[in-house]
Amino acid sequence: MKQRVLVLYLANSALDAPVVGWSSYDGTGRSAPTAGDGDEPPYETGVDALRDGWRLFQASQLIPPHPGHEYDTSFLKHEFFFEKLE
Amino acid sequence: METTHLLSSAQVARFVAQGFLRLDSVVPDDLNHAATAAMPHGMPDLPYGTPLANAYEEGSFVRRIMDLPAIAGAVRSLVGPSPNVDHHAVHVREPQEGAAQHLHADAIIDTRPDAFDVQLMYYPHEVTAEMGGTLLVPGSHLRRTNETDIGRYQNLRGQVRLTCPAGTVLLLHHGIWHGGRRNDSAHRRYMFKIRLNPTVPQIRWWDTTDLGSPEVLAELDARMPWYEWATGRLEIYNRIRLWRALTCDPDFDLDHWVTRVTNRPGRTA
Repeated sequence: MKQRVLVLYLANSALDAPVVGWSSYDGTGRSAPTAGDGDEPPYETGVDALRDGWRLFQASQLIPPHPGHEYDTSFLKHEFFFEKLE
Repeated sequence: METTHLLSSAQVARFVAQGFLRLDSVVPDDLNHAATAAMPHGMPDLPYGTPLANAYEEGSFVRRIMDLPAIAGAVRSLVGPSPNVDHHAVHVREPQEGAAQHLHADAIIDTRPDAFDVQLMYYPHEVTAEMGGTLLVPGSHLRRTNETDIGRYQNLRGQVRLTCPAGTVLLLHHGIWHGGRRNDSAHRRYMFKIRLNPTVPQIRWWDTTDLGSPEVLAELDARMPWYEWATGRLEIYNRIRLWRALTCDPDFDLDHWVTRVTNRPGRTA
């Protein structure tokens, strides 16, 4: 069994929110995804990926901002990891 | 230093919002040919912090580019007069190299709220989609992240996959997320980069005659397609803070975002 991983970044913490960013990694070796290789996301929402057979295995926690840093922006907050095993 | 080709307030507002400006075909062909001939040989290092005015010999292709009125005016508008050269480098993307650079911001995390470095990227030849031009993420420059810690992100909605004619120059805020894309062509791709440090407070060095125009407000209020809905509001807040610093206007606001959350009547601490 080899793993394909899809990472979707969503517009908020709901899994049915729109995709704003995406990455993929292919353990089968059949493809070599890399930075900047497409302008259109593979799915419109996280739920769309579920409907296509991707299994969710990790979602970002909701962590309150550190006191004094409430207005800082940093990493994308709503990150969801999916897999397919082949 | 050229002072007659300054940026407008709307252009500087776009830089504050998006973290970059592009000047297409701003360098003439004779200079592009000179640069294309010189860049395969690399560039000798400069001591960090060399004044730009002393960094490049008269007649060299870099000096001639930096003296072009449109380039000199844009640089002065953003970093002010008499900047220093932090460093420079010739960047090469080899043909058929297989993978892109990981997304990153240069140097280390840089939290200055009221100053910024400008990175000038110069493309001496045409960059086609197949050649894997620079990947840029508009509006990412105010995020507090450190170098390639963002390497996990491959694609973001609204990203720029640069294609451009020969002689194009980008001016980047130091914090913008970017990377060299995979070069799938049979040709080497060159880019020359200079990082400039300000030596004066960066306050109103551009042409401010349009400072109160609606275009300025529209530029500052632009939402990027990759922004999460809630964090996108914080991006506007942070832009307002930067615009206040650059204009020396402590009361500037957009849609009451900063005024609302700093309003504490009768409280001083």
